[in-house]
Amino acid sequence: MDEEIRRVLAAHGRLPVDAAGVGDGDDLFQLGLSSHASVNVMLALEDAFGIEFPEPMLRKSTFESVAAIHRALAQLLPTPAQS
Amino acid sequence: MSRRQPPFEAAALEATVRAAVGARCAVGIDLVDIDEVQRSIETLGDAYLDRLFTEHERASCTGSARARAASFAARFAAKEAALKVLAPSGPRPEWRSIEVVRLPHGACELHLHGTAAALADAGGLSGFSVSLTHEAGYAAAVVVAALAQGGGARPDGGR
Repeated sequence: MDEEIRRVLAAHGRLPVDAAGVGDGDDLFQLGLSSHASVNVMLALEDAFGIEFPEPMLRKSTFESVAAIHRALAQLLPTPAQS
Repeated sequence: MSRRQPPFEAAALEATVRAAVGARCAVGIDLVDIDEVQRSIETLGDAYLDRLFTEHERASCTGSARARAASFAARFAAKEAALKVLAPSGPRPEWRSIEVVRLPHGACELHLHGTAAALADAGGLSGFSVSLTHEAGYAAAVVVAALAQGGGARPDGGR
């Protein structure tokens, strides 16, 4: 799952650093993730994993790190995710 | 302008003046790269437009691909600027609950729905006003709202 998250970050996050080298707990907003880019990441994650982030999960902290995105996806996917 | 009975007109004027000079205000601003929005429209298409913008907003953004991207970028900036005014301590309201309504003569108003409207009520915020602009590669928006006396329950002071 984390590999797919990093692929989405690389394609849609417009980070000034290589998404492959981002640590699980690194703060993506501090790395340069803009609010607009975070929306793109959210939509691309929804497409990649076939889920939709509900309004209660629309908070900055949901997308602040690879680990946070992993936790959010794990709540939304029908079966426990293996990373 | 229609004629009204003097007492009503005086009361309306008083309310307007009080709103203009007596109210505390909350302000939010946001800046968006138009290229990024154009790229999002090209790569994510309707999933992007349908999730972020209301039917009215989509109908308001017309013209060339570049012109549409600039208009959508300004509207996205307005939603983010409004979010800074609303300053939710929990989840943010979904994007379509903050709507830029284009009036027939071209000026724009900000309309809040659902969770966004509830946040405004809870925070004592009213009289929202929005201004949009785009120039060169960027679109920007400023949102202002009146903060009721005794309001300001927003936990971070409305940064």
